Amino acid sequence: MPRVSVEVDGVKYDDDVEPRLLLAHYLRDRLGKVGTPIGCDTSNCGACTVLLDGMSVKSCSVLAVQADGKDVTTIEGLGDGHGLHPLQQAFHEEHALQCGYCTPGMIMAALDLIRENPDPSDQEVREGLEGNLCRCTGYQNIVRAVQNAAGAMRQSPAQEEATR
Amino acid sequence: MTAAPEIGSARLRSEDARLITGRTNWTDNIQLPGLLHAAFLRSPVSHARITRVDVEAARERPGVVAVFSGADFADEQGSLPCAWPVTEDMVLPDHPPIAVEEVRYVGEPVAVVVARDRYAAADALEAIDVDYEALPPVLDMEEAIKEGADLVHADKGTNRSYEWVFEAGDIDAAFRDAPVVIERRYVQQRLIPTAMEPRAVVCSVVGDEYTLWSATQIPHILRLMLATVTGIPEHRLRVIAPDVGGGFGSKLQVYGEEVACLLLAKRLGRPVKWTESRSEGNATVHHGRDQIQRLSLAAEADGRIRGLKVDLLADMGAYLMLVTPGVPLLGAFMFNGIYKMDAYNFTCAGIFTTKTPTDAYRGAGRPEATFGIERLMDELANELSLDPLEVRRRNWIAHEEFPYDTIAGLTYDSGNYEAATDKAKELFGYDELRAEQAERRERQDPVQLGIGISTFTEMCGLAPSRVLGSLAYGAGGWEHASVRVLPSGKVEVVTGASAHGQGHETAWAQITADRLGVPFEDVRVLHGDTSISPKGMDTYGSRSLAVGGVALYNACDKVIEKAKRVAAHLLEADEKDIEFAGGSFSVRGVPDQTRSIQEVSLATFAAHDLPEGFEPSLDSDATHDPDNFSFPHGTHLCAVEVDTETGFAKIRSYVAVDDVGKVVNPLIVEGQVHGGLAQGIAQALYEEAVYDADGNLTTTTMADYLVPSAADLPTFTTDRTETPATTNPLGVKGVGEAGTIASTPAVVNSIVDALRPYGVNDVPMPCTPERVWRAIRGGGPEHSSQPGAGGGLGSAGGEA
Repeated sequence: MPRVSVEVDGVKYDDDVEPRLLLAHYLRDRLGKVGTPIGCDTSNCGACTVLLDGMSVKSCSVLAVQADGKDVTTIEGLGDGHGLHPLQQAFHEEHALQCGYCTPGMIMAALDLIRENPDPSDQEVREGLEGNLCRCTGYQNIVRAVQNAAGAMRQSPAQEEATR
Repeated sequence: MTAAPEIGSARLRSEDARLITGRTNWTDNIQLPGLLHAAFLRSPVSHARITRVDVEAARERPGVVAVFSGADFADEQGSLPCAWPVTEDMVLPDHPPIAVEEVRYVGEPVAVVVARDRYAAADALEAIDVDYEALPPVLDMEEAIKEGADLVHADKGTNRSYEWVFEAGDIDAAFRDAPVVIERRYVQQRLIPTAMEPRAVVCSVVGDEYTLWSATQIPHILRLMLATVTGIPEHRLRVIAPDVGGGFGSKLQVYGEEVACLLLAKRLGRPVKWTESRSEGNATVHHGRDQIQRLSLAAEADGRIRGLKVDLLADMGAYLMLVTPGVPLLGAFMFNGIYKMDAYNFTCAGIFTTKTPTDAYRGAGRPEATFGIERLMDELANELSLDPLEVRRRNWIAHEEFPYDTIAGLTYDSGNYEAATDKAKELFGYDELRAEQAERRERQDPVQLGIGISTFTEMCGLAPSRVLGSLAYGAGGWEHASVRVLPSGKVEVVTGASAHGQGHETAWAQITADRLGVPFEDVRVLHGDTSISPKGMDTYGSRSLAVGGVALYNACDKVIEKAKRVAAHLLEADEKDIEFAGGSFSVRGVPDQTRSIQEVSLATFAAHDLPEGFEPSLDSDATHDPDNFSFPHGTHLCAVEVDTETGFAKIRSYVAVDDVGKVVNPLIVEGQVHGGLAQGIAQALYEEAVYDADGNLTTTTMADYLVPSAADLPTFTTDRTETPATTNPLGVKGVGEAGTIASTPAVVNSIVDALRPYGVNDVPMPCTPERVWRAIRGGGPEHSSQPGAGGGLGSAGGEA
């Protein structure tokens, strides 16, 4: 069985894994990182989105072995342990979630979107998050939350840096 | 010291803290010692006899603990329940949780593997060998009811489960010599609810104590039904709905997998988990809608409606599940919409097909009805060359006519359609858009503008128990709440409603804080566990606030009544002289002598000095059974730009003015409307569960079944009018389904409106670019407005 060495939310793990094991299942079933949910099996919904070396990936379409030597950030790794990340705060304040199942993936995808485009327009947010489905909110508050968080992150880039 | 009222304030949600940080307790997150994983082998064919199931090879696979076929459980798995026998002679087939003799839809469970992990379980499915003897699929409702049709359930001798009729007024007189008759055939396509969290079940047995966690909307109903189906005594079974990731009706069900996990855990003596994949779920979570509607509307020359005839074929799918047969009948009370008429005739036949069973999906019967009447109102307006808003105005119940007894037998307690419409028109810029539409038509712009209207109402707050009884539903419609005042004055609220995204933890705390005069932060709301919340009817049908919220209101009143006795004793005053406001008890006329509710609570806990005979507890509960439904309404306006060269329809603006009565939390209300709009628009433009000619579902993935993304939806303009419900003390009506019910006809009406110059009078849903394009090229079939002229029942829109 191949061995992977991965850092997840600041903690190093070395594990033997089946070559076919999906990163999403490695996180959830092996590491107990259940903050990242799974919503589909065709990489359409984006609920399982995490950052892999700072870039957003759908962890259901990455094998655990592909994460070898890499750094994974999940929703559980955002914020500083006490306070919320600006995106988490904005999702709360703008009521950008209802059932919350898509929220971890939505926030992680938005983080990558803001990294690429620190001041996205309404349409840019909508197109940037096209790979993440939400069934509850109709997206309107999500778009506003992402724009507000982007604004907050432009104001205090240090915090953005702290959470990558 | 009176704090700002909590009811009506845009409180940020308490439940967000765990949801935004990844600390949520989804069912699939649950780990137990010795947990095993189940995977189901499912029928790959639409209809077949099972002649052999060989599980021996699968049992030898590594990691496999057990493999069972349906036959292995034949004696104990029972039949999945249908709680709504809508007629005395309804055909109700057996529905084994795991098929034994015959499979009747693609995806029906045939065997189950239990293994040490989900990969091993999935692997072993391949080693199960099943022989099927093909039987003919039954896929078309209109074919299925013909003489000699192939049968879904051969032993029943018919594909017709039931026929249900409602008649009011003299329908023949209404149509006789009517100046205008509009006849249409509309198809409500089959939809897949698609909650973001797939279904998941965990079951544990210790001794004779069973605990079942399920991603369900209905822990209380599920407990009773599982006890009934399996024979496990109800008091030995605890059902927990932990955090549940959306439902939209799809988790208002008793699923075969839930029964199977219970039986597996019982037989193996170890906890068992099952989590579906999305493609498994698309095929096996119950579907929604799927009706063929034949509608006839008779009207005067000035547009006033004389009568309405509704003839429905409703696809039940292969079996009747929890409320399958009743769903289309909820529409019986809503096809008349907000309009007055002299006669109404509703007939619905429930038809079996070899497809996934249908059941409640957001709106459940009311979206279908609202679509029918709101499409007809636009057709009537077109026929008479009237503005569609004017035709509606001539027919709707005027605000001074409430309460109003409708032709469908309901009493609408309140409403103000004029106010909602006026506000919507203004926000929308109705007159300006009509002018632009005329101008584009004039210059034959390839991009045409359409305006769609939906002036809807719906029935919420399901439901008065006596009404449910009269409709032969198997349970009541009450809801329960209990309020526990802790010694420190903090409050625990237990509700029988079972939230799965709606925000009850926040809204219920707001109601409690206001009623008891305690800080919002001092209230904790508990739900979703039959051991914590022993009584409840759960969450569906926009009932939680209008029924459960009122139960909470009443329970709070009981707390205050008890506390008044203690306060009177402590203040050495007569109980009749005690006043309560802002969390403080005082003696009338002596305002400086007060006791706070927290002081009273502590004194009650200590119980050292209480009134003679007073039971030392302020805790109270209440069960509320509503007298009537509640009737949210609203006016939705949609402007769409249709590119007549490509058929692409783009929503340019969407205005929703909803009247949901008094609002507890405007943030939550707006969110519910947004999400409802998205789902209703999705039916109009994107979503359809498609079966091929062999009965295979071809939309099993999210790549095929098009749940809209952020890029597919517009920014909505939402606003409210507020006409309080008169039938409950909170004045609330419910908001969970309004957006979905209203928006589908608004969008389709806008597309048809854009294409009127092309002779189009319908586009079948979903209105994909191809269908719109074909409608333009083919023109719409002529629908006669003349009585006796025949014709006019063909499918419109020229779909190939």
